[in-house]
Amino acid sequence: MPTPQTEIEVLANREYKYGFVTELETDTVPAGLNEDIVRTISAKKQEPEWLLEWRLKSYRHWLTMKEPAWGNIHYPPIDYQAITYYSAPKKVKPGAKGLEDVDPELLKTYEKLGIPLKERELLAGVAVDAVFDSVSVATTFKEKLGELGIIFCSFSEAVREHPDLVRKYLGSVVPYTDNFFATLNSAVFSDGSFCYVPKGVRCPMELSTYFRINAKDTGQFERTLIVADEGAYVSYLEGCTAPMRDSNQLHAAVVELVALDNAQIKYSTVQNWYPGDKEGKGGIYNFVTKRGKCLGVNSKISWTQVETGSAITWKYPSCILQGENSIGEFYSVALTNNYQQADTGTKMIHIGKNTRSTIVSKGISAGHGQNTYRGAVRILKGAEGARNYSNCDSLLIGDQCGAHTFPYLEVKTAKATVEHEASTSKIGEDQIFYCRQRGLSSEDAVSMIVNGFCKQVFRELPMEFAVEAQKLLGVSLEGSVG
Amino acid sequence: MLKIKNLQAQVGGKEILRGIDLEVNLGEVHAIMGPNGSGKSTLAQVLAGRDVYAVTGGEVIYDGKDLLAMSPEDRARAGIFMAFQYPVEIPGVSNMYFLRSALNAIRKSRGLEDLDAIDFLAVAREKMKLLEVEEGLMVRPVNEGFSGGEKKRNEIFQMSILEPRLAILDETDSGLDIDALKIVANGVNALRSPERAIIVVTHYQRLLNYIVPDFVHVLSGGRIVKSGGKELALELEGKGYGWLEDAVAAEQTA
Repeated sequence: MPTPQTEIEVLANREYKYGFVTELETDTVPAGLNEDIVRTISAKKQEPEWLLEWRLKSYRHWLTMKEPAWGNIHYPPIDYQAITYYSAPKKVKPGAKGLEDVDPELLKTYEKLGIPLKERELLAGVAVDAVFDSVSVATTFKEKLGELGIIFCSFSEAVREHPDLVRKYLGSVVPYTDNFFATLNSAVFSDGSFCYVPKGVRCPMELSTYFRINAKDTGQFERTLIVADEGAYVSYLEGCTAPMRDSNQLHAAVVELVALDNAQIKYSTVQNWYPGDKEGKGGIYNFVTKRGKCLGVNSKISWTQVETGSAITWKYPSCILQGENSIGEFYSVALTNNYQQADTGTKMIHIGKNTRSTIVSKGISAGHGQNTYRGAVRILKGAEGARNYSNCDSLLIGDQCGAHTFPYLEVKTAKATVEHEASTSKIGEDQIFYCRQRGLSSEDAVSMIVNGFCKQVFRELPMEFAVEAQKLLGVSLEGSVG
Repeated sequence: MLKIKNLQAQVGGKEILRGIDLEVNLGEVHAIMGPNGSGKSTLAQVLAGRDVYAVTGGEVIYDGKDLLAMSPEDRARAGIFMAFQYPVEIPGVSNMYFLRSALNAIRKSRGLEDLDAIDFLAVAREKMKLLEVEEGLMVRPVNEGFSGGEKKRNEIFQMSILEPRLAILDETDSGLDIDALKIVANGVNALRSPERAIIVVTHYQRLLNYIVPDFVHVLSGGRIVKSGGKELALELEGKGYGWLEDAVAAEQTA
């Protein structure tokens, strides 16, 4: 009979389901980074001069920066000259108008991933923009959204078709000088999604971007910009996968959200990049900058993330609460199994009066996984009446993993309320036995206990996403109990 | 249905069960009594498959199968239910979801279809009445924030839903006041059936006033030292466990 130790010893043995490679002809620039590469990317995308200048400024600034070392993550140095900064499937012309212009191989890939792009096959209520390596391949439901004045398209298209909007908001939340990875992204970003919801419009469907890294040794640097004008509402979903490869691949994305007066943006992510194998070989390095600005009064930005993939996750979806009475929320589940490392959390920056923020973070560590919550709550001088509530819980499965919590707090007004709660618990042998005595398998028991632990976050996710997230957690934990 | 032969078990190298022999048939209610540390809870846990206890000898045959070779979940699916002395909390998982998952896991192993939430609720409502369980309890997380009495009542409620062939109640009376005890006992009595055997593990005779056993066994030092009918429990109440232990000791030295 197994001892309790071996019972929860980690034997991860599951294959990553999305690890296949699509054979495609690609248009790829040589590896390495210099001004010429930046110019080439911009030229390939037929960008206006101002954007090229912005990229070059970013690149030059990046040269003066150092990779941050404060994260609780460990990895060999990244050789930025070995990375390919642009790779696009050949058959997608810039400016492809509809699905008929898309390579059937690509459509097949997305179908395999369970993301049918053909509109007739889509789940009603979700419009998808799909980003494959460096370019956006198709956006669905564009016309229907257009009738409401909602712009939802690839970033490149937005640059061409809506330059004023892009120019006004690009870098307005995450400036090109922001941090090493965001600055790199600003120099070489290849595509991404753009969304603008006009005054008073409530977007009637979930908008979704699906990111896929395919090409080898290629970094993915996409940029998402979402603007909700006065009184607008939008709910946005993001999903990601990548093939299994022995080498690590870099993903350095930037997401900027802007909410004007009385606007609301809900941004949900289910991140399932390839996590590496059970020995910790390969996997995506996910260095992402996500930030939202509640510019207007009574505006609200809500981040919900379920992070189960990537070898390394480094991301802090944050809110700048500038408008009076604005609200920022961060709900997170981060799971690390095998040798995965996650250093994730949020920043809530209270500037306006009576601003409120809520942070709920659930970290789950299994195998040799290391999970760090890093969060900052800053309440500036003028933010009278500001309130923050933070709750950070960690769950350990087995005894080889780790959980760490780093909450930073800075309060510069006497008239603010800040609450912080934290807990660390271990899935007990007695909990698993109790479930098994009722007829459930060990794996179902762990999955149920973990899902219970994450409930507070899952209920923030849109329905279909919540179901997917629950399944994903179950799958990601497979093999974490003997 | 259940045959225990010379069962020996230890925990952390310490011998707890030193050769238990017991036979239980369908329709019977057996009470296992004994002082603290006599091994009664260990016996219950070993039958349920708790692996902190290492079985070092003997065998257990359940419905013709080698019980000790089965995983805890397979035992549950084969109809063994244990009401825990200390029911475990599972935060964030509703009692309803937990029980339906358990029932469906058992049904699946028997080739039956899953019960959906609506069908399950119908089954649950009927049993809730029987055990005077409030509806609110179903939506609360499993055992979280339950009072001692609520936890025990919930165990019996689970038993009523899962309809085991062999129910083992591990000190179900501990921590219950007399009203709660009566409710729990009434529930158990309602579940007595010719198709079901029940083993009641208890320290005190009190519970047996309400759940009247067919057989009483007294455990001491990891062995059954005396078996008898329900009157044995009454005798124990009058005399305590001391006289039995003394008698056994005398026998051994003789």
